[in-house]
Amino acid sequence: MALQDKYAQLLSAAQTHGVENLSVAEQNGVLHVSGTAKSTADYDALWALYSQIDPNMASGDLMMNIDVKAAAGAQLKVTTDSTNLNIRSTPSTEGEIVGKAAHNEIVTLIEKTDDSWWKVKTTQGEEGYAYAQYLSPI
Amino acid sequence: MKLTHITLATALFATAVFTSCKPKDSEIKANVETALKADMQMASTMVDVNDGKVTLSGECMDEACKAKCESTAAGVKGVKPPVINNLTVAAPMVTEPAPASTTTMLDDAAKQAVNDGLKDIKGITVDFTADKAVIKGEVTAANRMKIMQILASAKVQSDVSGLMEKK
Repeated sequence: MALQDKYAQLLSAAQTHGVENLSVAEQNGVLHVSGTAKSTADYDALWALYSQIDPNMASGDLMMNIDVKAAAGAQLKVTTDSTNLNIRSTPSTEGEIVGKAAHNEIVTLIEKTDDSWWKVKTTQGEEGYAYAQYLSPI
Repeated sequence: MKLTHITLATALFATAVFTSCKPKDSEIKANVETALKADMQMASTMVDVNDGKVTLSGECMDEACKAKCESTAAGVKGVKPPVINNLTVAAPMVTEPAPASTTTMLDDAAKQAVNDGLKDIKGITVDFTADKAVIKGEVTAANRMKIMQILASAKVQSDVSGLMEKK
């Protein structure tokens, strides 16, 4: 229970923000928190709290597996550092690059293929798989 | 009569062979620990060996894990039965249901997901231990958060003690 105390502020924020299917469990010295945040802003707020409670997030005692709610057709912003985001033929970096989306460009979600890769369509009509962590629902 | 001799000789020979290559307690302990570490749930089990007899202690998440630890230890070469199983089972978690992220296994797909996500972040190296991704290098605070988010979505635990702030 000690970890739930350490991250109590984060857990209560997750509830306040209405994270769906919120689930919390402690196992082998790691607190597992999962669920679906309603917006990218909520998601960012929870991660900011995490880095505040555990400076540099270096303790390795929290696995925060939270995604952001997004249905097919949702608009996603490309949140790369500054570079273009590759759009590929298959959900892997081994897939051929079939298109690119610029930093801050908006693309449309077709499906959440898995936790790491989402199928998207650019405004130019290019369709393929992009790495989900560089896409933020708006 | 002859048969008795042969049997006796075989028995003596076998004894000699088995005695000479009997693993030491320290080797047995290392082998049992290695076998248990193959499964994340069993990795924290404590192992004591005394003259080939193994005692397991520590905490398991459930009865199945406790039984598996015992059978895994019993299967290691040189372990004398029975294995003394002093493992305790943790009290069940109050919060339900169990999160999807508790089944983390560092398989090739998970490693691929981590590498795919981190390949565009400059200035870091990524290595894998049995159950963790080890990230080293220098990054900005924003990239540090990105790295942690990528690891979390890939459900991979990490060691970022060698990840420094970029000045």
